[in-house]
Parts: sequence; structure tokens; C-alpha cells
Amino acid sequence: MRPFTYERADSPAAAAAAVERRPGAKFIAGGTNLLDLMKLEIETPAHLIDVNGLKLDTVEATPDGGLRIGALVRNTALAADQRVRRDYGVLSRALLAGASGQLRNKATTAGNLLQRTRCPYFYDTNQPCNKRQPGSGCAAIGGYSRPLAVVGSSDACIATHPSDMAVAMRALDATVETVRADGTTRKIPIAEFHRLPGDTPHIETALVPGELITAVTLPKPVGGTHVYRKVRDRASYAFALVSVAAVVQRDGSGRVAVGGVAHKPWRVEAAEGEMPRGAKAVTSGLLADAKPTHDNAFKLTLVERTLASVLAEAKG
Amino acid sequence: MKFDTPATTNPIDQLKVVGKPTDRIDGPLKTTGKATYAYEWHDVAPNVAYGWVIGSGIAKGRIASMDLEAARKAPGVVAIVTAENAGSLDKGKRNTATLLGGPEIEHYQQAVALVVAETFEQARTAAGLVRIDYTPADGAYDLAAAKDKAEKTKDGDSVVGDFAGAFAAAPVKLDETYTTPDESHAMMEPHATIAAWEGDRLTVWTSNQMIDWMVTDLSATLKMPKDKVRVISPFIGGGFGGKLFLRADALLAALGAREAGRPVKVGLSRPLMMNNTTHRPATIQRVRIGATPDGTITAIAHEGWSGNLPGGSEETATDQTRLLYAGANRLIGNRIATLDLPEGNAMRAPGEASGMMALEVAMDEMAEKLGMDPVEFRIRNDTQTDPADPNRPFSQRQLVQCLRLGAERFGWAKRNPQPGQVRDGRWLVGLGVASAFRNNLLTKSAARVRLDQRGIVTVETDMTDIGTGSYTIIAQTAAEMMGVGLDKVAVRLGDSSFPVSAGSGGQWGANNATAGVYAACVKLREAVAQKLGVNSADARFEDGQVIAGNRKVPLAEAAGADGLSAEDGIEYGDLDKKYQQSTFGAHYVEAAVDAATGEIRVRRMLAVCAAGRILNPKSARSQVIGAMTMGVGAALMEELALDKRTGFFVNHDLAGYEVPVHADIPHQEVIFLDETDPISSPMKAKGVGELGLCGVGAAVANAVHNATGLRVREYPITLDKFLDRLPAMG
Ligand SMILES: Cc1cc2nc3c(=O)[nH]c(=O)nc-3n(C[C@H](O)[C@H](O)[C@H](O)COP(=O)(O)OP(=O)(O)OC[C@H]3O[C@@H](n4cnc5c(N)ncnc54)[C@H](O)[C@@H]3O)c2cc1C
Ligand code: SF4
Repeated sequence: MRPFTYERADSPAAAAAAVERRPGAKFIAGGTNLLDLMKLEIETPAHLIDVNGLKLDTVEATPDGGLRIGALVRNTALAADQRVRRDYGVLSRALLAGASGQLRNKATTAGNLLQRTRCPYFYDTNQPCNKRQPGSGCAAIGGYSRPLAVVGSSDACIATHPSDMAVAMRALDATVETVRADGTTRKIPIAEFHRLPGDTPHIETALVPGELITAVTLPKPVGGTHVYRKVRDRASYAFALVSVAAVVQRDGSGRVAVGGVAHKPWRVEAAEGEMPRGAKAVTSGLLADAKPTHDNAFKLTLVERTLASVLAEAKG
Repeated sequence: MKFDTPATTNPIDQLKVVGKPTDRIDGPLKTTGKATYAYEWHDVAPNVAYGWVIGSGIAKGRIASMDLEAARKAPGVVAIVTAENAGSLDKGKRNTATLLGGPEIEHYQQAVALVVAETFEQARTAAGLVRIDYTPADGAYDLAAAKDKAEKTKDGDSVVGDFAGAFAAAPVKLDETYTTPDESHAMMEPHATIAAWEGDRLTVWTSNQMIDWMVTDLSATLKMPKDKVRVISPFIGGGFGGKLFLRADALLAALGAREAGRPVKVGLSRPLMMNNTTHRPATIQRVRIGATPDGTITAIAHEGWSGNLPGGSEETATDQTRLLYAGANRLIGNRIATLDLPEGNAMRAPGEASGMMALEVAMDEMAEKLGMDPVEFRIRNDTQTDPADPNRPFSQRQLVQCLRLGAERFGWAKRNPQPGQVRDGRWLVGLGVASAFRNNLLTKSAARVRLDQRGIVTVETDMTDIGTGSYTIIAQTAAEMMGVGLDKVAVRLGDSSFPVSAGSGGQWGANNATAGVYAACVKLREAVAQKLGVNSADARFEDGQVIAGNRKVPLAEAAGADGLSAEDGIEYGDLDKKYQQSTFGAHYVEAAVDAATGEIRVRRMLAVCAAGRILNPKSARSQVIGAMTMGVGAALMEELALDKRTGFFVNHDLAGYEVPVHADIPHQEVIFLDETDPISSPMKAKGVGELGLCGVGAAVANAVHNATGLRVREYPITLDKFLDRLPAMG
């Protein structure tokens, strides 16, 4: 770990300005991802701005009937929120499928969206990794790629985004609200928030340096049956091989987002029209351009079978 | 004490203390945080500096250059140790690769430097500033690719009768190949050591299962006399074989302390451990079984391949097949290939743990071919003598009883022999069985016992407690022998200034270490009797008193102001040559497989064990359920993922290397048969800590097959290996 300095910010705009002022500065929220990466020198910020005191830790109703989730709301609190449990069940279930109780007590909404990949080569600083060290190459391609991406990947990077929460938010059409150093704010649809790796896998989101997430908003509830199914090698405390977040209406229409398959939560709206026709039809649209490796081709079958099971469950 | 004739009645048979499910006597120390672990000896080694180990970034080749400039100048740095300034080092007898590499690199993350600084953080930061250039060389990393170049091991094959002829002639045959992956011990406490020099004397506080091996190999490596090295390791946060040996933490702490001129503390980080230390090597195993239609095995062959660094030993995965089932014609042997991976070595039940995962699935497959119940097929082929030598009986062998009792308790009769038929909602459900088998190893073990004027009995032996309960069973043994309550016994372990014990490994610790304590207590009883002027054969030790004739003397009084002390050990004759000594059991598993995703979840498990006298049913049960849990890991998830291009284990942390969590282990039951084995030792006990693991993986695999009708012969059984063979989704 590299030595670093530390300060507490007292307003969102001041926090953003503080990061912009110091090259190599980063926000720290729950620290459950950032600190681990700092210990391994995968992240080497010279300065940390603690955002825990910014009072961005409430969940509030929005005028249009949705919810505004503060960036610092803990995963445990969000999963337990009555409105989330009632109207956005897929989000509550996705949160509870992630990490462990202790981690969820610390993990924040913004931190969860920004957690970095679990590609094992990213975690080993002896190995080339374009995400960790741009231009160094990608050790995962041609190596051990079982957990990695099958769709939307590039010749530079085949990593996945590991979040469960983000997959549910993608299905719910969430919006990420931010503030920049100059005090301007913007709203980024979650579909545009995470990026595909392309040839710059180190640039993972639409955020610009210093831009602080203040909240995530959910549009008004869409009803339907909410299912989150996470498939993994052990029963708990493991990242998804694949996961499916689905909101299914009575007539069989609905929405599906998939985790564990791409550099971002994966959703193809055009494929959702096929939902009444079943999992196979949806999956062929959802994973149309898939380029799996030998090790992870099973994920294509797994997505389809898991989705079939989810749709059967939603039907009841 | 020489143990060369079967035990007769002795004070242990009273079973007033031994055999009781006593809580562990070290429990309160652990639950209150007062048990001092290796990294925590703050008081005894003041002014300690912190060492951070740098591991090689390549698997094979040479260090071209090492730039230490920036690190040396970093804040707080006290010393840097590399092969260049470490002085002349030898290699311990039990180490395959050198523990401090460079310029030659033998495996990934082989230690190449230790950075010592005032604080842990400074040492780690400075280590990040060390720049190393390597000249990589080609290595062999893939067992399947190296298999054809593998050689027979020095033990040679065990050949009985004419396997080839009998197999060819057998009406029912099986010929299948199974693989097990590289596995990591993944014990909770990482390797850690504090080292301090006083002149030419070295003390290390460490975490090690085999104190005398550690002293021997550390002194050999440092080329110093053995009696100048002291090793202290009273509490160990798990080992599973990963701490049998001297490892880089201890050697580098010693070298660092010498270089820094003050005590140095070194812990291995988890990501380093998985490639720096030892692991259970992968195996390829071919099993052939031939039988007559009534299920009598006529031919059995088991060949196993594993790899290791040059000079390393093989995984003896086929050895149990020499002994487990009858069959007139046999061919059994291990082969070893050279691989440039991190060192392969013992992990809990080395040999049998992997071997039973193959053999016991083969038995299940064979039973299916024969149309026999797998329990009955095993019972049909039971043998009460060494199959290679009918004059060599088993000292005790209750395999059949274990299988039968287990079948009854588990509800085996309800199993549908037709696989893939039982459905519970989303889940396909199946039952599986496997035999359990692990040899009983005898090795000498000594102890010192003191009786003081308060009537307290203090036992000292270099035996270790790696979480197994050694403290408790040793206390129970001494209490039984001296006729006192547990509150009058103190046990001190894990210190090389104490008599050399069996140590903890190979499930030999419990039986041998307590037998050593037994021997020392016999001597102490003699000393007491002699002091009182009575014949020790006539003296009874009861309720804190010595009773001889009409005399009753409190032990405290007998001890006198100076106390009495005795030291002895157990040594074995050739009873293990005359008799085959093994432990037996049966594992039953119910598993459910998600019909859509192929996720496998174990629902219930039962182990029935016949392993001699159970010294403490509570700690023995803990050993067995822990082992069963490890067996589920081996069956379903544990695998060091190998990068075959560059030769290293990629998933080198506990997020990537998955072991079972609570949610994976819903219900476990353990039954011990009431057994004593007088051939084994005066304790009439054996071990259970590894027996509990041997066969579990196969029982899980067999349950998965019963649930789905699918066989996966490559462990771990993960859904990607059979998803496309599951029934189509409706
Ligand atoms: C062992 C383990 C298992 C896990 N398993 C799972 C799992 O199964 N599923 C899952 O989804 N997750 C899992 N996680 C990941 C966990 O969800 C994340 O670590 C957590 O959500 C991160 O939140 P945090 O607040 O701790 O983020 P931090 O570590 O504090 O920050 C993460 C990143 O976000 C940035 N950041 C934080 N707040 C803001 C803000 N307001 N604006 C802009 N940038 C910000 C930081 O600079 C940093 O780059 C696991 C983690 C661990 C350690
Ligand atoms: S897949 Fe991406 S994260 Fe993994 S090694 Fe390649 S570039 Fe790095």
C-alpha cells in the first residue's frame, strides 16, 4: 500500500472539488473495495476524501412516485427499506444475494456501482492487465477465463462487472445523479453509466474525474413479479457465475437484465419483446453477439436455463 | 516404553475421564482472546520490526536484476534480505524448493526478498518499490501433458496375481479415469513467525504442526547446531498439513532478524500463500475393476499420476486400493512427473483423500453395471486380511458394520436405485454412499509429567494442538492415569524444549501423543509408588490419592516439597507389520441438484466411523464434521485454477478459491462405533481427523449421480461440466 493523505469533505461539491484539485485523489465510502485494492497496490491513490459525512444516506420518495436513494445508503439499509421491498423487490433480493452481512453493513450504493472487476489477473500485479496498467496486455485472454465475460468484451479486456445491485438497477431503469467540482449536476441513465471495455478498459464509467455520485433514483414502480436469481458454485458469499434480474408482468411481458456476463449489467431491451415466447427466444437476442471463451461458453446455456427457471417461477 | 505386544487392561480402561465428551480445556483462552498465536507475541519479543515477503513474479527462470535502491531509501526500512546477502544456506530435508530463491527461480511466488521496516505498512510499501527483472524459462505446468513422461515411484507397483489376464476374462468390467485438481489448505491462520536472536541462539515463535521437524530443518538451513534453535508454537489456527514444514515465514524472519539485529515478525499474505507454500497436488487416476456377475471382484487396478518439482514426492492416491477391497488379481501404483509448479505436499489425508474420490466413484459405477446396491457390492468385497498377504489380518476392521449401520440410520432403503427420478420442486434429489478408509500410523512420541506439592500434574510435550483438541485429550489421559480431575492437570505444548512428540499430521497425533503421555505417567506412578515404598503394581491412583493396601496418601503429599517428575515415550515394535492397522467408516450424503442451473447443494450427511477408542467424542466429532465439510469443498468447489501457460495458481485468494460456507453445510451427523484396538497402542485408540474426509467427495459425487443420472469424473463437480447434459427445460 502506498502512503496517502486523508480528509473529510463537508459538502458534495467540496468533495468533488477536492478530488479534482489533487491528481490521484479518490473518494472513499465504505472502503470495502477500495481498501482491498490499495493493499494490493492495484489502486494507489495519494489522497482520500471521505464522503461518509455528506448526509447522502437517506431514501426519499420523489415527486413522480419513485425513490431517490442517497449515494451513502448502506446496502443493508437499502435492502431492508419497506418501499424497496414492496415496490422494487428485485433490488432488495439482488442486494441480499451479494457479499455478506458484514460487508453489506459497510457497502454503499455508490461504492457498489463503482466496485471493480474480480478478474483474477487484475488482482495479480505480476500479470499484464490493460485495466490495471493500460497497454500492458490482457493475461486473462487465453488464460483462466471461467468467471469472465461472454458478451460485449473486447480484444483488450474480457472482465465482468461483479455487482448484483447494479443488475437489478439496470432492470429498473435507474438514474445516477452526480455533482462535479464546479457544482454542476447531471443525471446519467444507468444504461449509459457503465461502459464496455473497448480498447480503454481502465475507463469503466461515464463519470469524469472528480465527479461525485450523490444519489440513484428509481422511476415509479412498474409492478409485476420481481425475481433475482444468482447462480454460483457455493450457496452464499460468492460472486455470480451468472445472475438474472427479472420483472415479469401477468401477460408474460417484462424486463430482464443479466449479471456475470459482461463488463456492465447486461440488458437488451429489444430482446424483451420475446419474453412471452420464453427463455430461448429472449436469450438468443440478449446474447446475440456473444464471444465466449472455451472456459466460459457454458454461461450461454446457463443464462438461458436460469432465465427459463426464473420465468417459470414468476408465472407461479 | 516399548509397545510390542497387544495392550491388556490398563488404567485408561477405567474411562473415568478418557472417552468423555469434555469441552476443550483451551476453549476459554481462545474465546477470550488470551491464547497467543504466532503473530501476537508482543511482550516476549519487544522492539520487533516487520518483514514483508516478496515472491517471484515468474514460475521458472532467473532473476536478471534486482533494484533495491528505492526500497532501501523508503521511510522506516531497516534491512532487506535476498539470496545475495543471506549468507550460505542449506536446504531442510523436508523442503523441495529452496525457501529463499534467486537468482534461480523454481516456482511462482517463491520468496526472493524480505523487506524489514519499523512498521508493517512501511515494509509493505517499500516492498512495492523493489524492481525485479526476470529472464523467464520454459517450464512444465500441465499434468496431463507431462503424464506420459511420468515415472514409477520408488515404492514400485503392488502386483498380486495376474491382473491383465483376470481383467480380460472378467464378465463385468469398468475402466474409467478420474481427475482431482490442485487444492489449497486454506486454513484460517496464515503462516507467521517472530524470530529473535540472542548471540548465536535463535528463538522462533511460529505456527507449526511438527516442532521437531521445524527445529531440524531450520537449523539445517541456517547451518547451525540444532540445540541452538528453539521453536515455540502453542496455538495454531489450523494447518491441514500446510504447516508441517519449515516455510519461508520462519526462515526469512530468522534471516531478517539477523540482518536487522532485532526481532522480526513475518506473516505470509493470503495471495502469497497459495503459490508460495505447499498444496495438495492434482491427480489423474485410472481405475479398472473386473467382477463376476454376483459382484465378486476378480481384478482391480488403480494407477495414479501426479507431478512435483524435481526431488518432490508423489501424491500416493492409489495406496488405499491395496487394502480396501478383496480381489485376487491386483495392480496398484503411483507415477510422478516433473512439474514446475509450487511444491506439492501433504494436505489432510494425503493420498487417500484424493484416491478415495476416484476409487469410491468407480465402486459406485461398478455396482450400477452389476445391478447391485452399492452398499451390498462393497460388503460383498470386504476382506479381513491384507489382500496381498492372507497371513496379515487387520487389527480391527468394521467397515461392514459402518456401512450397515449408516444405511439404516440414513434411510438408505428409501433410495431410488434408478437415477434421476426423485424431484422436490426445482431440485433433483439423490443419495450417495462411499466407504471411508485411512491408515493408522504409529510413530514414537515422548512426554514429561510433573507432580507438584499441590497435587497438580503438569504435562509437557512438543505435541501441537492445531485446533484438534490435543490439549484436552492429553489432559484426559494424564487425569485418568494419575487419578485426578481435569482441574488438577496442566498441559503445555508446542515448545521444542519439551520432549519430542509425534506432532500433528496424518491423524497420528491423538493416539501417539496420548500414548506417549501414558508412558510418562506409568513412570510417574512408579516414582510415586517408589517414594511411598509400595509396589507400583499394587497402587491405585484414585480421587487424587494413592491407595496401596490400607494406606491412602494424597498425591500432593506423595509429591513432597520437591515434587516428582518422569519422562518417557512410546516406541513401537512390529505390531504394524504383523497386523494391518487402518481406520474405517461409511459416508452417506443426500444432494440436490437444481434442474435448471445445475447448482449442487448438499442436504444432509452422515459419517459412521470405526477408529478404535474415541478419546473424546466431542472433539472427535468436531474433527469429523470439519473433515466432512472439507470433503464437500473438494467435491464441489475447491480448485486452484492453473494458468498452464505461465505456471501459477490464478485464484490465489479466498474470494477466488472457494471453500464451503455455512450455507453449504446444512446437516451433519456422526456416529462412532464402540471399538477398542489393543494392537494400536495402550490407548487402544486411532485417529479420526482424516478418516472423516476420506470418501466424502465420492459420496457427494455418487449422490449427484443418483439425483441426475450424470457422472462427472473431473473434480470439482461444477455445473459447467454437466449443464448441457441436464434434461431440457420444459
Ligand atoms: C469478500 C467480498 C465479497 C463480495 N461479494 C459481493 C457480491 O457477491 N456481490 C456484489 O455485488 N458485491 C460484492 N462485493 C463487493 C461489495 O458490494 C463492494 O465492495 C461494495 O459495494 C463497495 O462499496 P463501498 O461503499 O465499500 O465502496 P468503496 O470501497 O468505498 O469505494 C469503491 C469505489 O467507489 C468510489 N466511490 C465511493 N463512493 C463514491 C461516490 N459517492 N461518488 C463517486 N465515487 C465513489 C471510490 O472512490 C472507489 O473507487 C464483495 C466484496 C467483498 C470484499
Ligand atoms: S480481462 Fe480485463 S481485467 Fe482481466 S486481465 Fe484482461 S484486461 Fe485485466
